[in-house]
Amino acid sequence: MNELLKNLTEAVGVSSNEKEVRLLIRNLIADHVDEWHVDAMGNLLALKKGTGASPLRVLVDAHMDEVGLMITDVESNGTLKFEGVGGFNDRTLLGKVVQVGPDKLIGVIGARPVHLLKADQRNSVVKMDAMRIDIGAKNKEAANSKVKVGDYAAFVTEYEELGKTAVGKAFDNRAGCAALIELLRGRPYPFDLYASFSVQEEVGLRGAQVAAYGINPDAALVLECTPAYDLPNENDVSPNVALGQGPSIYVMDGVTIQDPRLVAHITRTAVAHGLPFQIRQPGGGGTNTAVIQRTRGGIPAATIAVPGRHAHTPTMMIDLDDYANVVKLAEATLRGLTPEIIKRN
Amino acid sequence: MDTFKLLKTLTETGAPSGYEEQIVPVVRELWEPLVDTMTVDRVGSLIAVKNGRGPEPRPRLLLAAHMDEIGLMVTHIVDHGGNGFLRVTNVGGVDRRQVYAQLVTVYGRKELHGVIGCLPPPMLPEERRDKPYGFEDLVIDLGLPLAEVAANVSIGDFVSFRQPLRKLQGSRVSGKALDNRASVAAVTVCLEYLQDRRHDWDVVAVATVQEETRLLGAFTSAFSQRPDAAVALDVTFGKGPGANDENTFDLGGGPVIDLGPNVHPGLYKAFLDAAESLEMSVSTATHARYSGTDAFGLQIARDGIPTGLLGIPLRYMHTMVESLDTKDVERTGRLLGEMIAGLDADFIAKITAAQMEEAKS
Repeated sequence: MNELLKNLTEAVGVSSNEKEVRLLIRNLIADHVDEWHVDAMGNLLALKKGTGASPLRVLVDAHMDEVGLMITDVESNGTLKFEGVGGFNDRTLLGKVVQVGPDKLIGVIGARPVHLLKADQRNSVVKMDAMRIDIGAKNKEAANSKVKVGDYAAFVTEYEELGKTAVGKAFDNRAGCAALIELLRGRPYPFDLYASFSVQEEVGLRGAQVAAYGINPDAALVLECTPAYDLPNENDVSPNVALGQGPSIYVMDGVTIQDPRLVAHITRTAVAHGLPFQIRQPGGGGTNTAVIQRTRGGIPAATIAVPGRHAHTPTMMIDLDDYANVVKLAEATLRGLTPEIIKRN
Repeated sequence: MDTFKLLKTLTETGAPSGYEEQIVPVVRELWEPLVDTMTVDRVGSLIAVKNGRGPEPRPRLLLAAHMDEIGLMVTHIVDHGGNGFLRVTNVGGVDRRQVYAQLVTVYGRKELHGVIGCLPPPMLPEERRDKPYGFEDLVIDLGLPLAEVAANVSIGDFVSFRQPLRKLQGSRVSGKALDNRASVAAVTVCLEYLQDRRHDWDVVAVATVQEETRLLGAFTSAFSQRPDAAVALDVTFGKGPGANDENTFDLGGGPVIDLGPNVHPGLYKAFLDAAESLEMSVSTATHARYSGTDAFGLQIARDGIPTGLLGIPLRYMHTMVESLDTKDVERTGRLLGEMIAGLDADFIAKITAAQMEEAKS
């Protein structure tokens, strides 16, 4: 059992409510870094001093927030109205268990039972605004004594491993956080390594932007968990990445063209170390690279990701070999990073 | 036993209709100390008899609480990129709006855990993009290579949903298969209640099979056991989000006594009398055609069996977050026990005589 992934995914950290995850990660890295602090946004920033062999300042970023819900109103019957924090497919929420507020009250999201539905209702997607969270409160008063408008809610899933895959919530992006923690636990790098466990990625890549500004690195590597759509399908949807095929290297997504020199360095490193990798099919999506790249006068940046099936659901799945290879590839990429790779003539 | 623990034990065991073999030993262990004999019948229902104190031949009351639950069945194994995925169909009335991103257990050559996945709507055929996910698009993802899946899973294997029972606020709980393990628990409470109460009738407690598909255990056990009267126990619709119409009932409001074609009015009255003697709040539900419960099968076994129906209010029926108030489970068990303790040798004669009188007048 990978305790690091278990502890990180079972912790709650909905965007802008990352405190629990932040404290957990702080405890996990404090003995392995030279300095750490929390910035105005809530990003956890750490410095692992280098050997002095290289003058570079390198940032490695992993967002620590997860998608979740926010309580917006309490109904007279004691159920809770909510909105999505981050992107949701409405189909993901019905019949799910959530944990609400700082006391982690168990709540469930149900709907009118199937027996009582008319045929057209059975064939309609229930929209989020028609759903309620039920914490078992008898009425509004009982609910108000336990929950406040503005409280956050997150999925509840016990981490488990199925062969060499693992199931849990929030692999996006605790898998990236776990990889970054493992990097910080290693021996010093040739350069000063700055780590940012950033907030609010799921609501618009907001934390990484200020983290990158504050650190002002020469180059950046983003560690992510990217949706894998390698499921059976009738049409050729050309799955962008597949589980078990190795770390996923971004070239271009919906918002960013990754720094080609860094992409080439990463793929060369993978080949040189005999590590599997897959180029993520260019297309939609986006990572913190988008905002880091555009920070100050521009920062060369690239992304390595663990492929994750069933993204933004309580039942994500990753391949543990992919995860281990992301750690290896990221470490080898960093140790081989020289000023020449990102130099402009 | 603590009702939460009782329900936890019962609901966390998987037993989709037709594959009840895992829940039988669980119920058997619960009922063993409370009854005189136990057998499993030809179709798999567990039949437990608690003898009454009346003179022989004693009348017999059959209690039917179905122990099966809705689930899924493997229809084929799909190879995709060397991984083995499962296509499934429903066993019983599964709400397909609610199955995406759920945890499951597949009962293959060994038990395998998995999750239910689907491509995002933009990647589905155009005509299905605005609909809830259907079984043509959903897959069980076991996270295993094809060879390992093929070695352990066959077409026709049963699948159950997997979700632990959890405590909500107050005495409410949420989980899967409370439909109808809540009633199995209520029968257990009833049998405990009768340890200290004299009852003249024999009580034939049956954990029935395949209610969710075709009421199989109700039809067959009522035939083989030849009871003089019968009571079906099942969950009924709880008032809650999306369900506030007539015939929905407050969680915590007490047992629901059914009235309608599947129910003999004499048994309805017997439950009202028992509730009055216990000073217990109860509600009346009505079904205008059929009750959708084991009562439908029990009533027409052999030459007809006077049948009653008790309901436990439950929110979100047929989902993995079914919710109820544990107090309603306890009350339903006590109400049933009190009704049984009040049955005398002439009960059937009295309730049928009433109808004879009406017919003659």
